[in-house]
Amino acid sequence: MSSVIKEYRTVKQIAGPLMLVEGVEGITYGELTDIKLSDGSARRGRVLEVTGDRAMVQVFEGTSGLSPQDVKVKFLGKGMELGVSIDMLGRVFDGFGRHIDDGPSIIPEKYLNVNGNPMNPFSRDYPNEFIQTGISTIDLLNTLVRGQKLPLFSGSGLPHSRIAAQIARQAKVLKTGERFAVIFAAMGITFEESEFFAADFRRTGAIERSVLFMNLADDPPIERIALPRMALTAAEYLAYEKDMHVLVILIDLTNYCEALREISAARREVPGRRGYPGYLYTDLSTIYERAGRIKGKNGSITQIPVLTMPEDDKTHPIPDLTGYITEGQIMIHRGIHAQGIYPPVDVLPSLSRLKDKGIGVGKTREDHADIMNQLYSAYARGKNAKELAVVLGESALSEADVLFVKFSDAFEDQFVRQGENENRSIEESLRIGWDLLTMLPKSELKRVRDAYIEKYYPKK
Amino acid sequence: MNGNQGKVVKVSGPLVVASGLTGARMYEMVRVGEANLFGEIVEIKGDDYSIQVYEETEGIGPGQPVVRTGEPLSVELGPGLIRSIYDGVQRPLDALAKDFGDYIVRGAERPALDRSKKWDFKPVAKVGDRVSAGDVLGTVKESSLVVHRIMVPPGKSGIVKRINPVNGNVDTEIAVIDGADGPFSVTMVQKWPVREPRPVARKLPPDKPMTTGQRVIDMFFPMTKGGTACVPGPFGSGKTVVQHQLAKWADAQIVVYVGCGERGNEMTDVLLEFPHLKDPASGEPLMERTVLIANTSNMPVAAREASVFTGIALAEYFRDMGYSVALMADSTSRWAEAMREISGRLEEMPGEEGYPAYLGSRIASFYERSGNVICLGSDGRGGALSIVGAVSPPGGDLSEPVVQATLRVVKVFWGLDDKLAFSRHFPAINWLTSYSLYQEVVDHGVDLTLEGKWSVNRKRAMTILQREAELEELVRLVGIDSLAHDDRLLMQAAKMIREDFLHQNAFDDRDTYTSLPKQYRLLNTILFYYDEARKALREGVPLDALLKLDVLDDIARAKLIPEDTPEQFAALEKKIADTTRAAAIMR
Ligand SMILES: Nc1ncnc2c1ncn2[C@@H]1O[C@H](COP(=O)(O)OP(=O)(O)OP(=O)(O)O)[C@@H](O)[C@H]1O
Ligand SMILES: [Mg+2]
Repeated sequence: MSSVIKEYRTVKQIAGPLMLVEGVEGITYGELTDIKLSDGSARRGRVLEVTGDRAMVQVFEGTSGLSPQDVKVKFLGKGMELGVSIDMLGRVFDGFGRHIDDGPSIIPEKYLNVNGNPMNPFSRDYPNEFIQTGISTIDLLNTLVRGQKLPLFSGSGLPHSRIAAQIARQAKVLKTGERFAVIFAAMGITFEESEFFAADFRRTGAIERSVLFMNLADDPPIERIALPRMALTAAEYLAYEKDMHVLVILIDLTNYCEALREISAARREVPGRRGYPGYLYTDLSTIYERAGRIKGKNGSITQIPVLTMPEDDKTHPIPDLTGYITEGQIMIHRGIHAQGIYPPVDVLPSLSRLKDKGIGVGKTREDHADIMNQLYSAYARGKNAKELAVVLGESALSEADVLFVKFSDAFEDQFVRQGENENRSIEESLRIGWDLLTMLPKSELKRVRDAYIEKYYPKK
Repeated sequence: MNGNQGKVVKVSGPLVVASGLTGARMYEMVRVGEANLFGEIVEIKGDDYSIQVYEETEGIGPGQPVVRTGEPLSVELGPGLIRSIYDGVQRPLDALAKDFGDYIVRGAERPALDRSKKWDFKPVAKVGDRVSAGDVLGTVKESSLVVHRIMVPPGKSGIVKRINPVNGNVDTEIAVIDGADGPFSVTMVQKWPVREPRPVARKLPPDKPMTTGQRVIDMFFPMTKGGTACVPGPFGSGKTVVQHQLAKWADAQIVVYVGCGERGNEMTDVLLEFPHLKDPASGEPLMERTVLIANTSNMPVAAREASVFTGIALAEYFRDMGYSVALMADSTSRWAEAMREISGRLEEMPGEEGYPAYLGSRIASFYERSGNVICLGSDGRGGALSIVGAVSPPGGDLSEPVVQATLRVVKVFWGLDDKLAFSRHFPAINWLTSYSLYQEVVDHGVDLTLEGKWSVNRKRAMTILQREAELEELVRLVGIDSLAHDDRLLMQAAKMIREDFLHQNAFDDRDTYTSLPKQYRLLNTILFYYDEARKALREGVPLDALLKLDVLDDIARAKLIPEDTPEQFAALEKKIADTTRAAAIMR
């Protein structure tokens, strides 16, 4: 490999975010480039394809204002790296890992390639430790565990940012003496949204144990492709080298995917569904699969990706492919939001696939699974009856169905609804669940073992 | 001219083009670049050799060397496969973890079969025996469930010149055979190119059921030994759980589980769980009959394309020993996507949705490697290889190319339904749209052992479910009250079939597996209630009384009745008869 760093003024084509440099030598795939303009400004690029002496370079800041005669391209002979250090905590970075706050420069302990390597499945440890988020619909019904990737599927205008911030603020395990960090990776969100998070982190002091990576709506879109990889590299460093339990919030993956589509279109690749590249699944998995735990390591990486579903459509490629990779999903619902309920979690289509491993004796409480199933099925029955009533009128409902409709309303009002700063313990969530179930005759509680009814049924 | 070493010309993601490899063949393995990455030639155009590379290609560039190996992508076959976990090109993940750490680094390499492990070889053949391909030379006890048969490799034959019991690693010579071209040595290991089906003496139509312990499958949409099935469904509908359940409970002697482009945690789950689960037939840990192939979604796509072939080559090898083997591939859609990605980089003319035009024929040739066979070898032993592939269609849309290409070849369709999954009816196999073309074959076998009533009951139950679907339409329009009472009773029976029979919780120790006799009794109990209740209804018992009998709760719990207590079912039927009769007298 060439050790001399080479500079070229031979840009021949510029199209979309791509640039073709000719006459190059010793260039390798994935190599990072520095692009210098005559006005002294600089941009970054990455080699996407190299054929003979021609290299195709993706320009992260975009090509606007570039002219083939005016740029000098320097190939750096290495892939994209992040300098990591424990001092990153409390700091704010851009999509390239350059700090953008007023603090001093970080002196890296070392540099890590941001693409990482795939974790060996043999080395993985199965996620099974309960994380209490303080939100009943998650803790009791869609339990999050350490090392899981559990996305929020939302829509534009819905309060997913507030929910994500609440999770970041409240998440804890029922053990003490462990070290936490939050990594916040913002991709293409608005200044207001990002400020909401930053302010919240500052207000609660969480900023001290957080690392923020920010690419806002008016920042270069292609930079969004690098950003989650930077954030996850920092997360891996903190989790596996500094023994921290890291919660990574990635928001908003929809913007990330759009950046990917832009590049794919510029390369004239055969598009998959809705113009997104055929490798969108694989690309997303290289982000989401970086969640997890490793045998023999103390730290862990838990991911809460947030995405806004175009037109609230779950079958759109972005939520669809995400759902195929993540371990469940929390659905944020426009209708429930319109009813004025916060957090508007739609319980029925939400699912944590790892919940069973994180609940029960020694983790939460013995009756957790039964209560979960009972609440779920009673709520489902109530919702069904309600739908029926819409078609056939209230009078078509049986006595029992009327009761279940009442139950489901109360469930939304007392169990789903909670304050933005209300941090419910799992005991508290269980108690609310039990209280609600007293609305139904005991004979209807078929999913709860008799012994638990005996022990936990609220005494009037 | 023969070019043993060429040069990289182009790099585009997992695809590398090299020149100067004159003489290289399609699907030959090469080593690429200074990092010495594994790759396989997938297209030759003049002096341009396109190579799909199994490892991340960052740092590879024009001018770097490409070296031929002269061999196609092959697997190592021999003792030590069982209990292993491999990546898509048969690198042992446990050994890689031990030697290279928690991440899979480039260029990491370890032999597929552990050379430090010693095996006891016991000869079966004797000196002077005339042997040919597939004949068993001797055996090695590979695990508590598997006796590994060391066979004469395909294409070889001769007279046994020397054979002795030995203890050694797989490279140890176990026999010398005098062949047509002189004597050759046989060890415990052979190599086989993964893309080539291993030969058999004869293929037969599948004729034996492969039971799975899953009620909806065994009863309604059964599978055979040597058959093919697919499980399509949107995300979260239960494909992986179905595949895991089959890997656990199918009555196959060997299970090869290919995690193809799916989650790392799901492989970890199998790795951690299987050693603790007991095979219902033998009581031994399930891991003792299992081989895992893990190409998780974040591993390089080219290796994903290969992983399915790696898996099937291993499966065929065990089939050749005379075992019944089941291969699960989760998910074939990721495999197809890998083909699509490579095809796109090759700038091939795309077919539907960007998939290559040969998608259908690749899928067909994969499933065609299944079968119920007479193996090579003079003892005429039979073997079987069943394939179950998960399919993950975008948005759950069954009209997409991978599902359609799969349905053209497989004989069993377990269609997963997200509506059922949402209402937590698991397994979410839609009973109205799924089918099995093996039904008659299986009925024939099972009816012989179960009073001949297996198929009769099944047909009745299915009729009830189909009628329920029609009635539901009606109910949606006019409400349940306007239905005739016998229709409402039928709705009750259908609900019981759904909830008390079809619904099966994979995570409940008592419910996760049900034997055929118990499946029969369980369904029979529900139908018995239906018959009794209909009788009572005709005698004037009010419908409401029949829908509220306490015994319904007992029926709902009947799925938890222990396997070896048929008397409990007899008692339950008696209770049903008694209480319906009591209701009749009451009025
Ligand atoms: N038989 C079952 N019993 C109980 N729960 C089940 C069963 N089948 C599926 N589930 C539930 O459904 C969830 C999703 O199932 P699974 O992971 O198999 O879906 P999938 O179709 O493989 O999804 P993906 O395409 O995203 O991989 C499981 O985590 C479990 O909670
Ligand atoms: Mg799955």
